Amino acid sequence: MPLTIKEVEHIASLARLQLSDAQKERYRAQLSSILDHIAKLKELDTRDVPPTTGGSLTEMPLRADEVRAGLTLEQVLANAPEKHGDQFKVPPVFE
Amino acid sequence: MCVLCGKKNMTSLNELSLTQMQTGLARGDFSSRELMQSTLDAVAKHDPALHAFLHVASERAMQDAIESDQSPISNSRSLRSLPIAIKDVLSVENLPLTCGSKILEGFIAPFTATSVKKLQDAGMIVIGKTNTDEFAMGSSTENSAYGRTNNPWDLSRVPGGSSGGSAAAVAARLVPAALGTDTGGSVRQPAAFCGVTGLKTTYGRVSRYGLVAFGSSLDTVGVFARSAEDAALVFSAMAGRDPLDATSADVTVPKINFDKTDLRGLRVGVPQEYFIEGMQAEVESAVRAAIEQMKSLGAEIIPIRLPHTEYALPVYYIIAPAEASANLARFDGVRYGPRSEADTLWEVFFKTRGEKFGAEVTRRIMIGTYALSAGYYDAYYGQAQKTRTLITRDFEQAFASVDLIAAATTPSTAFVAGAHENNPLAMYLEDVFTLPANLAGIPGISIPAGFDNNGLPIGLQFLAPRFREDLLLQTAHVYQQVTDWHTRAPKF
Repeated sequence: MPLTIKEVEHIASLARLQLSDAQKERYRAQLSSILDHIAKLKELDTRDVPPTTGGSLTEMPLRADEVRAGLTLEQVLANAPEKHGDQFKVPPVFE
Repeated sequence: MCVLCGKKNMTSLNELSLTQMQTGLARGDFSSRELMQSTLDAVAKHDPALHAFLHVASERAMQDAIESDQSPISNSRSLRSLPIAIKDVLSVENLPLTCGSKILEGFIAPFTATSVKKLQDAGMIVIGKTNTDEFAMGSSTENSAYGRTNNPWDLSRVPGGSSGGSAAAVAARLVPAALGTDTGGSVRQPAAFCGVTGLKTTYGRVSRYGLVAFGSSLDTVGVFARSAEDAALVFSAMAGRDPLDATSADVTVPKINFDKTDLRGLRVGVPQEYFIEGMQAEVESAVRAAIEQMKSLGAEIIPIRLPHTEYALPVYYIIAPAEASANLARFDGVRYGPRSEADTLWEVFFKTRGEKFGAEVTRRIMIGTYALSAGYYDAYYGQAQKTRTLITRDFEQAFASVDLIAAATTPSTAFVAGAHENNPLAMYLEDVFTLPANLAGIPGISIPAGFDNNGLPIGLQFLAPRFREDLLLQTAHVYQQVTDWHTRAPKF
């Protein structure tokens, strides 16, 4: 089932990806063929099969609720594209 | 002159295997500094043709080596001073961490991954970060934003991926060992393409603290080396429970001994689903020959079925992109990495991600977002997770009657760069024999088992039950005692 450009735009919007018109068309075609391949799964009857959750068979481990040293403020901010004092700086959220 | 044998024009130090380096250092045949100099010289000389490295930490590595020379290495089992390269998806404090992506250009890691830390604590020296498909998504390293790595057996071909830089560096004898990661085959497939030994560990066996997450229910840290014995050294040093990774398993890491010289008593399953139409004839015959050889070493060969194998690819290409779309949401141009210029925060997200992610990463984020979006979750993600259970059960049933599974690592040998450029699905098909192990969480190994008519290496894959890396490594070692495929070096 081929995707429409509108669907591609919706997915890109959910994923916060800016795409050019040429990219939208290319991804529309490529994603459609990948989804066609994936559709093979629908032929399996899995009504009585429990889903796998997580990747591990081990039990959920618990740890003591203790304070542990993390990164320093300086380390956390070291890779910031823009900062203001001890904070990350971003453009305005609202006009 | 060779310091080990005294002959002229023989092996230079960087060409020694990990175990040979251990012996040489402990015997005092050469110093840590000499070993490091030879390694760094080899990288400087050959990496321009290979492009296996994204960053070489020459000064720091040399300093570490000089420091190590301050006290003698008395134990020939010590890992001290042994060089290792690290795939650039694992953090090493104060070194760049790019994940092969423009979205992390300039990022300097503030801490070290536990897997790497354990090797450093044992004395190993990190010499650099190796090339990878962007965020480990790919099977060729062509998806690296910093240019692809070339296969040392034929520079026009890809080294496989995503850990292609690590595989090529070990194959070319620049380093004796390197770390990689395997989410769908990213250690085993490049190991096969480059003719080296590549171990994918059990899910949960090695800590992932400090590994940039791709598919959280699939990601594993693995190792490349020139032999199973060498790989075991690195594996044993980095395996085990880590309080910093809640998904790491508290399962004892057995001491692996390599005393066995035959395979008597070993039941080896051969799955018919791993011999498919369209498979390269030389790969099939090399794998069948290897299985015959295992039989002559005393193994019992048992045909088995893994009936849901054909569903592994569609299951993987729902689960891995779904998890990736969530994991990669953190790259938004706010806290780290470069930021695209924009007037509002909203535009920063869209522009930064739109401009800095490459095509394959964008594709996978979109597939994952679609599969998880309202109205499609049950049909895609839900159905994939149920089918994943069936794939896991296939292996559980198989391992009720066999100890180990043997098959090809890949359907064909290394392909020419650009061959799958406009066909992402064809690229995904490269991983049909490696994906199932990730879905089931079991360990696997790829070892060299021959060459095709173009002189390209062929990979033989073993799979074992969870936490049985010991069995994989021991079996591979027995095979490597009676074959010399793993000792062949490329001339490039």
